Amino acid sequence: MPFQFSFQLWYVVILLVATYFIGTFLEKRHYKSILRREKRLNSLPAVSLKTPPPGHYESALVRANVTISIDYFKRFLAALHAFFGGRVTSYETLLDRARREALLRMKQEAEYQKAMLILNVRYETCSIYKGRGNSIGSVEVLAYGTALIPSRTRPTLNGQAKKASAASVNHGQIH
Amino acid sequence: MQITNLETVPGKTIRQHLGLVQGSSVRAKHVGRDIMASLKNFFGGELKGYTELLSESREEAMERMIAQAKAIGANAILNVRFSTSSVTQGAAEIYVYGTAVTLE
Repeated sequence: MPFQFSFQLWYVVILLVATYFIGTFLEKRHYKSILRREKRLNSLPAVSLKTPPPGHYESALVRANVTISIDYFKRFLAALHAFFGGRVTSYETLLDRARREALLRMKQEAEYQKAMLILNVRYETCSIYKGRGNSIGSVEVLAYGTALIPSRTRPTLNGQAKKASAASVNHGQIH
Repeated sequence: MQITNLETVPGKTIRQHLGLVQGSSVRAKHVGRDIMASLKNFFGGELKGYTELLSESREEAMERMIAQAKAIGANAILNVRFSTSSVTQGAAEIYVYGTAVTLE
């Protein structure tokens, strides 16, 4: 039936247009928030080195994950890309957003614990919609590392902790 | 229990290696979450339900790893790694492993 066909076509076109505008708006807003928080958390470096700097530290495992999906329009574009080959930019931005968001959340957790450095940062990516054919379009990224927290208390011989001055942390004494 | 993904603990020495400890957890999302996620899939953005689900799942895997480490008398787990694999449709396996040691 021609009427029914055109109705279905219109439905798809409207969906594509709507998801294009809403999806683009959401992505821009997300990038803005990522940039703002990255600037704020610049003072807390996250590195992939394994050797801690000299000094008194307590360490704690910090991790954060995020699951992000892309919009319908971009998935449509990606399907076209898959046909013609080449760079699939819609997925590149998806993964970029997910990784940066996961790192930021990890940094926020480390900041909450008053850490000054995050060592041995690793990423773990997984596509949770694997095996679902059509609906692939979301990834989960986990970022984890070891946060170094400058220790305020130093254990003494009788087992009691006494307050160490902040200077001793900065001088980097090794016992 | 000291848990780190470094190979040493700053300021401490390792007295004894006790071998590999591990924990895993396989979880599927329930239908309600699945429906919400497929709606959100249209416009893109974070799927909070899945983020929480996987986070809880990791928490559980870590608890199992810690229980195993306690059982063999360790007081720290070093070089912890997370790994994820999708075993079947709609379920994810979270695996966490590390080396159990006793520290001075």
